[in-house]
Amino acid sequence: MLYSEKVMDHFRNPRNLGKMEDASGIGEVGNAKCGDIMKLYLKIDDQGVITDVKFNTFGCGSAIASTSMATEMIKGKTVQEALELSNKAVVEALDGLPSHKLHCSVLAEEAVKAAVKDFYDRNGIPYDEKTLAASDMAEHAHDESGLL
Amino acid sequence: MYIYADNAATTKPSQTAIDAMVSCLKEVYGNPSSLHSAGQKAAEVLYQARVDVAQAIGADFNEIYFTSGGSEADNQAIRSAALTGARRGKKHLVSTKIEHHAVLHTLDKLENEGFEVTLLEVGPDGIVKVEDVEKAIRPDTALVTIMYANNEIGTIQPITEIAALCREKKVVFHTDAVQAVGHLPINVHDQQIDMLSLSGHKFHGPRGVGALYVRKGIPLRNLIEGGAQERGKRAGTENLPAIVGMAAALKEAVANMEENSKTVTALRDRLIKGLSHIDHSRLNGDPVKRLPGNVNFVFEGIEGESLLLLLDDKGIAASSGSACTSGSLDPSHVLLSIGLPHEVAHGSLRLSLDESMTEEDIDYIVNAVPEVVAYLRDISPVWEDLVKGDKDYVIQ
Repeated sequence: MLYSEKVMDHFRNPRNLGKMEDASGIGEVGNAKCGDIMKLYLKIDDQGVITDVKFNTFGCGSAIASTSMATEMIKGKTVQEALELSNKAVVEALDGLPSHKLHCSVLAEEAVKAAVKDFYDRNGIPYDEKTLAASDMAEHAHDESGLL
Repeated sequence: MYIYADNAATTKPSQTAIDAMVSCLKEVYGNPSSLHSAGQKAAEVLYQARVDVAQAIGADFNEIYFTSGGSEADNQAIRSAALTGARRGKKHLVSTKIEHHAVLHTLDKLENEGFEVTLLEVGPDGIVKVEDVEKAIRPDTALVTIMYANNEIGTIQPITEIAALCREKKVVFHTDAVQAVGHLPINVHDQQIDMLSLSGHKFHGPRGVGALYVRKGIPLRNLIEGGAQERGKRAGTENLPAIVGMAAALKEAVANMEENSKTVTALRDRLIKGLSHIDHSRLNGDPVKRLPGNVNFVFEGIEGESLLLLLDDKGIAASSGSACTSGSLDPSHVLLSIGLPHEVAHGSLRLSLDESMTEEDIDYIVNAVPEVVAYLRDISPVWEDLVKGDKDYVIQ
């Protein structure tokens, strides 16, 4: 099989699928030209806790599964905790991705960071650009050598 | 319910092919190069298979060389013609942008080795123009190689006209007919084709076997050196069970071609009609000049791999030209060549039919595809932008 059972489960039954009318922050990453776009909606309360997450994704099975897994991993967490989500953690939680699909997990990480950035921008909260940059592993994800 | 609609990728071997193979494995175990009677029995079986394959395409038996498949046949034909041309100072090769990778990558290699390659554009209908071929031919052109029918969008090229043109211009003409043999009537002598590649598993024969037809008088160079098999042009003990299976399948396909073609064309047109009701979708390739079993659509706002996986869950085996299914970051070169932008080419679906399918199968597909497309559009940010009017539809 191309994909693990976990990936297929999240692809077939995506968690937190949908749009959000009153989102605190929205992140859209990817490029239709490359075949993947993820749109992530966050609902964040006064304590900085992510109380709800929704997503829409245009992309392959692993793109949909990666976004679904990422939403599950950040729901109920604080914004700070969400920013620590790495693509590697998403890949591990999915029991692995094929090497040419690792960029999907990178996009999922970037989608979370883009949504948080939007939340910061909307609320005039200052932030360090570095915390919103993709994790180190992400930079190499397009490399064929792969993570796993 | 399981509907196998990926016959352009590979077909299910026919009972005739399986029986021929099993009987060959059990009873014809000799090496056709051996002088004893077991070997000579195998040589006779090999000869008969060669005659059958030759007759199926209107060739003589000694113009057929068995190979490991279509890719090897393409590689050998192109390399051979290129090297022969180069010895006469001809180092220019002509082909199209929509060829199979077996052709395109061989041409890439030859380009690196000092040949000049002209890849012709096709129109939005996926068909190359004969006058473009004529314009491309130069005094130093060693070979024109153009596929008989396209594997993705099914378009049938004007091969008879192109072959006649090449004959007139005294340029060797090769065609990759992997998708056409056994499905379209072909007579290499009448059509003035110099070289033709075919593959066993596209007409209900086994995988791992194919053939190259080379007209008498056209020099053929080896890819594989060794023993004197295939009249010294392709070394290696013959894969006799596969060759016999291919020959049996091809004989059957040609005998039933008219009837099968009628059945499959009717199923194809029923499917095309059914899928055309999906909004912002488009049939790729020419509606008439296409293989009987080929249906290829794009659906705007969705990605092909997700579509395939969800269709598989519904019991439908299909394929797509999306980047994700090709293992690269670019969608199909064929879909890009007919003018589809990247973002739309990702949303392609190929359904390739055969004569075992029924109208009920087609109706099941016609019901299933719109459901999956609607779901994927519902969760697609690209579709959201199109619906909102933030972006313009490419397909009206």
